[in-house]
Amino acid sequence: MSISRARKVTNLTADYNAMELMICLAARCLEDDSTVVVGTGAPCAAAMLAQRTSAPNLMIMFEAGGVGPLLPSMPISVGDSRTFFRGLAAGSMPEIMEACQRGMVDYTFLGGAQIDMYGNVNSTCIGDHTHPRVRFPGSGGANDLASLCWRTMMITPQDRRRFTSRLDFLTTPGYLTGPGAREAAGLPPGTGPYRVITQLAVIGFDPASLRMRVESLHPGVTRQQVSDNTGFELLWAEALGESQPPDPEELRILRQEVDPFRYVIGRA
Amino acid sequence: MPQSFHPEERSGVGPLFTSPDADQARLFFRQKPRRLTNKLTTARDAVARLVGDGDYLGVGGFGSNRIPTALLHEVVRQGRRQLGLAGHTATHDCQILIAGDCVDRCDVAYVVGLEARGLSRNARRAFEEGRVQVTEWTNAALAWRYRAAAMGVPFLPARIMLGTDTARYSAAREIRCPFTGIRLVALPALFPDVALIHVHRADVYGNCQIEGIMVSDHDLARAARRVIVSTERIIPNEDIRREPTRTAIPYYCVDAVVEIPYGAYPGNMPYEYFSDEEHLQEWLEAEEDPALFAAFVREHIREPADFAAYLERCGGLNRLQELRRLEHFPGKEGDESDR
Repeated sequence: MSISRARKVTNLTADYNAMELMICLAARCLEDDSTVVVGTGAPCAAAMLAQRTSAPNLMIMFEAGGVGPLLPSMPISVGDSRTFFRGLAAGSMPEIMEACQRGMVDYTFLGGAQIDMYGNVNSTCIGDHTHPRVRFPGSGGANDLASLCWRTMMITPQDRRRFTSRLDFLTTPGYLTGPGAREAAGLPPGTGPYRVITQLAVIGFDPASLRMRVESLHPGVTRQQVSDNTGFELLWAEALGESQPPDPEELRILRQEVDPFRYVIGRA
Repeated sequence: MPQSFHPEERSGVGPLFTSPDADQARLFFRQKPRRLTNKLTTARDAVARLVGDGDYLGVGGFGSNRIPTALLHEVVRQGRRQLGLAGHTATHDCQILIAGDCVDRCDVAYVVGLEARGLSRNARRAFEEGRVQVTEWTNAALAWRYRAAAMGVPFLPARIMLGTDTARYSAAREIRCPFTGIRLVALPALFPDVALIHVHRADVYGNCQIEGIMVSDHDLARAARRVIVSTERIIPNEDIRREPTRTAIPYYCVDAVVEIPYGAYPGNMPYEYFSDEEHLQEWLEAEEDPALFAAFVREHIREPADFAAYLERCGGLNRLQELRRLEHFPGKEGDESDR
């Protein structure tokens, strides 16, 4: 690492962007000695950051088969050779999905075009399914991972279009219609959405109603701003806190070690 | 004891594009040759002989990784129509087949996207305009549907898709476990007519070695009625026998073997070459305009006489050498010190 780059990074630690904040907050949710299946982008960055800070024994897995790589850079695909670079195992998709189904995987991350108050996600289509106005990729592994992993997380932009009261298509299960619904559907007990991290807030789920509940607001963000960017009624934690901003060490690691080419943090 | 197929249990409304009948599959596999014979041929001959209009295709690898690009180009060049496709994280592979207008039905787990790279405009148009009939699934669902077929059973139970529109628009059925009573999804066995798989090494009989992640190719090679393997290189049978542990796909699954160095380009071939991200971006950009894209497909797939000509068009050995370096020194994209 050249001196000029190191100095540049030091100067930048006075400030951070929304993507850096979201990645840091997500990283802190991941407990040490646990397993996580990640995709490309922000979730992968969060897991890599967690390994270098609060969760050194976090085991990263990729749905196409990679287990425990020493990631040399951000993968472009969840099946590219980075996902098992100097890894513990180059497995298979059944290997990873079956580990999830056995209860061996603690965390996973989702993305999507729409999310509702129970954390259900649409990544399939907008409009009628037979003749969609917009076709998205579909479930991929999202439905599997959110059905089977213990805790499901999301890092996502928050706005009224995305945080909607009505999904066009329920691709991936959150808490479905509320308490008891996942179990009634046959999904493994004790699983479900855990945290949704946006550019505005950290959102959890109210244990009684299983609806989205704001846990903390990011520095400078108001309740009104969060409500204005949500298409349904949010619940608020009694002890509504302020999200802890990234500390200089987290930012240094994120910028120098995790994503030096700014593939992810440059997107904010 | 709870009953299977109880009326309260739901069925998906999507069409089932392939029969899960394991006995029918057994009759086919019964007549499949057992003998060690030389199966070496060309991409042109293999596709002409083994891929027919209307066939259902399974594609190995993972979208842009270890994909049989050369074989897919050949399918487009020969103008195959009305193919079914298992969209098991089908990214660049799906993009190629849709570009050739080859596909009219798809079991979708993941299509039209290229993961972090963006979405394929052309593939989206095909799906949005209803030119491709869709049944929804998930990656694990398709992986386990291959597994059921590979096992020779008509379905496997799993704990995914339950309670979602993904299940509703699939062709899965809900059942009860005969032992514990829990609700499960029954995933019908998927026996593709043809599988196209790219591997690192194979002998002329079709014994294959694969490096890195297997994705679902272990099961796909066993589930498909016919299998065309393209390989980075042909190795002597003696090399297979020296290390039988490494045989990922045994010869009796395989119908044709084609030697095509760089056959997964512009995809990533583990331990060989990284994906050509610039060329994949060219695809995405060309797709913005249908007329421009038709010319792009003509230039890159239809006109080149073979895959070697396509590689030449994309920068030839110099470009491939750069991709080898990216694969062997990951994370050092801007660093010249390893040259």
